[in-house]
Amino acid sequence: MSTAVTATVTSKSAGAKNRELIAFAVLIGIGLVAPIAIYPVFLMKVLCFALFACAFNLLIGYVGLLSFGHAMFFGLAAYVGGYSVKAWGFSPELGILYGTACGAVLGLVTGLLAIRRQGIYFAMVTLALSQMVFFYCLQAKFTGGEDGIQAIPRGHFLGLINIQDDLTFYYVVLAIFAGAFLLIWRTVNSPFGQVLKAIRENEPRAISLGYRVDHYKLMAFVLSAALAGLAGATKALVFQLASLTDVTWQMSGEVVLMTLVGGMGTIFGPVVGAAVIITMQNYLAGFGEWVLVIQGFIFVVVVMAFRKGIVGEIQDWWTKRANKA
Amino acid sequence: MRLNTLAVSTAVLLAAGSAHAQYTNGTIKIGVMNDQSGLYADVSGPGGTWAAKKAVEDYGAAKKGLKVEVVFADHQNKPDVGSNIARQWYDVDGVDVIVDVPTSSVALAITQIAKEKNKVFLGSGPASSDLTGKACNANFIHWTYDTWALANGTGKAIVQTGGKSWYFLTADYAFGHALEKDTGDVVKKNGGTVVGAVRHPLSTNDFSSFLLQAQSSKAQIVGLANAGGDTINSIKQAAEFGIVEGGQKLAGMLMFITDVHALGLKTAQGLNFTTAWYWDMNDANRAFAKEFAAANGGKHPTMVQAGIYSSVIHYLKAVEAMKSDADGAKVVAKMKSMPTEDKLFGKGTIREDGRHMHDMYLVEVKKPAESKKPWDYVTVKKTIPAAEAFRPLKDGGCELVKS
Repeated sequence: MSTAVTATVTSKSAGAKNRELIAFAVLIGIGLVAPIAIYPVFLMKVLCFALFACAFNLLIGYVGLLSFGHAMFFGLAAYVGGYSVKAWGFSPELGILYGTACGAVLGLVTGLLAIRRQGIYFAMVTLALSQMVFFYCLQAKFTGGEDGIQAIPRGHFLGLINIQDDLTFYYVVLAIFAGAFLLIWRTVNSPFGQVLKAIRENEPRAISLGYRVDHYKLMAFVLSAALAGLAGATKALVFQLASLTDVTWQMSGEVVLMTLVGGMGTIFGPVVGAAVIITMQNYLAGFGEWVLVIQGFIFVVVVMAFRKGIVGEIQDWWTKRANKA
Repeated sequence: MRLNTLAVSTAVLLAAGSAHAQYTNGTIKIGVMNDQSGLYADVSGPGGTWAAKKAVEDYGAAKKGLKVEVVFADHQNKPDVGSNIARQWYDVDGVDVIVDVPTSSVALAITQIAKEKNKVFLGSGPASSDLTGKACNANFIHWTYDTWALANGTGKAIVQTGGKSWYFLTADYAFGHALEKDTGDVVKKNGGTVVGAVRHPLSTNDFSSFLLQAQSSKAQIVGLANAGGDTINSIKQAAEFGIVEGGQKLAGMLMFITDVHALGLKTAQGLNFTTAWYWDMNDANRAFAKEFAAANGGKHPTMVQAGIYSSVIHYLKAVEAMKSDADGAKVVAKMKSMPTEDKLFGKGTIREDGRHMHDMYLVEVKKPAESKKPWDYVTVKKTIPAAEAFRPLKDGGCELVKS
């Protein structure tokens, strides 16, 4: 049965998979030497958002579900992860796992409700639920309201690695990112991923072939939520704070922006998109009021000139060149 | 003889060595971090950067042989953006002191980083009184105002001038609740009564049902325990309901002169609030405001911008006296040990919990007919002496305070 579906969607050749793995190895290689030139805390921020955008891309790029509430998983995981480390004395890896688990559970609840609808209704249901989480975080005692949770201790990772040092922690974050990225890559290229793509291309046909589409969608949703939670909880430890910014709808919008700029439905697109957006936010901070104007301008350029996003356009150019040769 | 010459020249060399100051990277680098484009951009923003540069110029740093550089950044009111910039400034860019930082959540994050990196943070923009309370540390000074001072100043003064019964319009989250409670306590302590309160969600557009409740409560004073856009919207809509004309008075807890400017006198008239500084109080302030307006498109300085000026002057004094800016905690200790004095904030002191002590002022917004010139917006009704203006040292719960 699964082979039938695999045949209906364009499955990747072994060569394409290898190329992706090589590109991934290059990316990690760059990641290993990057702190020589670039400030590690900034790099950690880029990695956290890249992971967040990858998790989001899993849903929109491979299942075709536009979630407009992904900040709720990211932000809530940052809160519970940070809180568990600060108030209950969890070790950092437990805090991150706990945040991820909470993201997954919230994803299960949200997913059960949201996947009953499609398109704009799906987006609106996720947005509404995410606003509920936002107001809950605003009111709940443990989140510290407007002030957020501050001074979350970093401690020792796995009881051995001292992650108070920014550079050491950077390599831990890089490892977390690499692990999660490989998981996403594996998912996308598995038979499960093929079914997801089949649902994206033609849902009624996938149903007619006997797939329980809702189960697949829900699993993808939970996986995406859990990975967003992983990114959020890691970010809480990086900055040693969790705040309302992480749960606002603007954050959900930002992750859409990152994915679009980088290239929706490409495996590396969200990483590039996150790097571009975060770099702009940080290095253009000196321009003061002009940051938003520049950001808007670049967004317009991307939408007008490269519809498929940065990575999408590069891939297109590459395949065209290969076909010519 | 030769030995003598040697001794003298060594002594001269040593003297020269000690006179030559030890500044990290050879410069004193001041980082102004605030909201350059969002909702607090008028409160400090680009004008705050101007004030810091002006302070360096007025201090005569160049003439005294001090090399001072001012940089600025926009934290976009996001704690993670602010904390990222702060780390980078302290670690990589050689910034010695961060000033301003409105938005309490960002300030709370940065005070931790200043402590961790042993640098200096002078907060003119943030409001939360926790910064000198349970979140206090030896690297931070809270310069201009805080929530306790505003609640106390406005609450007490209004009760004493006859506003006995209060009704609160409160933003429904931690900040609003705290402001309502602090102000309510002050009102009751001074013999007033709180007849009720209504909570509205954050960022409300339609205040009509809340305002009708406030109106029918017949309380003399409607206290606005909210901030920013909510305060502006509630005041505008209160004017539409004729609340002020009906004899009730509004009291804004967190108000800046720029809010009055945004509202216009017709809408804002009769409003009472507490401020740390007002540009039209004396000649020195007026002269500063004139230069500020010339450089900032006619806008007049807020208390936050004046506070930045004042804090930078005092910082430079301390650093010059120590001839070093390397150890943040020591610089702050030096700043606390010296009385403060500058042309805008006058004389003052800095308490051991990091609270800058100075007079606060209760002001009332003028009627349109009373306003004689641009930005002539308020009359000072009462000076609140420094000793009464801020939270008593023992009540803050700051661990630097030895009991």
